[in-house]
Amino acid sequence: MRSIYRTLRADRALARDIALVCVADAVVGLSFGAITVGEGLPVWLPMLMSLVVFAGAAQFMFVGLVASGGNPVAAVLAGLLVNVRHVVFGFTIGDVVGRGWQRLAGSHVMVDESVAFALAQPAGERRRAAYWGCGVALFACWNIGVLAGASIGTVVSDPAALGLDAAFPAVLLALVLPALRDRTTALAAGTGVAVALATAPFLQAGLPVLLALAGVVVALVRPRTGVPA
Amino acid sequence: MTMSTTALVAAVAVLGVGTFAFRYAGPALRDRVTLPPRAEQLLATSAIVLLAALVATAAMLDGREFDSAARPAGVLVGAGLAWRRAPFVVVVVAAAGTAAALRLLGVP
Repeated sequence: MRSIYRTLRADRALARDIALVCVADAVVGLSFGAITVGEGLPVWLPMLMSLVVFAGAAQFMFVGLVASGGNPVAAVLAGLLVNVRHVVFGFTIGDVVGRGWQRLAGSHVMVDESVAFALAQPAGERRRAAYWGCGVALFACWNIGVLAGASIGTVVSDPAALGLDAAFPAVLLALVLPALRDRTTALAAGTGVAVALATAPFLQAGLPVLLALAGVVVALVRPRTGVPA
Repeated sequence: MTMSTTALVAAVAVLGVGTFAFRYAGPALRDRVTLPPRAEQLLATSAIVLLAALVATAAMLDGREFDSAARPAGVLVGAGLAWRRAPFVVVVVAAAGTAAALRLLGVP
């Protein structure tokens, strides 16, 4: 853990980028807490979810379904479907997650942002530091944001007014872009994006993103040209 | 709101345990298999493809609907800046700022 702290202290740019994402996500967490309570759901629900589930998209999905009187089983299944992608993430960056009790914590802080930050770094100590630094900081900020939003409400009732709904995709895009300079990866991603966008209007949330994996077939057919990520 | 507290807690618990199982599966299974370099590459590509699909769907859609023009425009501005190797902070702030400014102008 100390080496992670050292790496982040030495790499100010990385620490600053992580901090920016934390601030943005804290504000989204603020609105998640406020919206959930505003829908008439109990104050403890957003806090418990953020601690136990810690996955923004699945949490919004779950709360939306439950608030509209949906079946709890359906809400759980919908949330789980949105989260299946973590299996692939874990396989890919499993080496930075750690072992033993560390793996318990390391797995729990596996979110889109921490995975993207990790993949944007070269393998080794820097990748480990990016993953843990982003994961732990986001866990703290997300939960503080949700706690504040749920208990005191928020002036930011709509994060879209601040453009924060555009910030999440922009964050991931900026982190993924270096890998997309490799032609084969870009073709695979382009194909995957096309599949996801074409199927999204017809399918349950979560499925289109999983179907995007069909794009990986392109990488199977085309030998990789660039340097591995 | 008709769901009982017990049912709600149970639902959150199942969602939490299930999500944790998805997250834990990858690192745990990796211990048991040694992957050839080619498979490692394909996995890395898979993760990038997933993230790219998340970017696209989060930028374009809300659920199943293409609901906004301001959000995709903001993300597009961010993409252009990122492609020209602008600093991360600039990319993110420009994307959010563009979307917010367009909404102020009445763009959905």
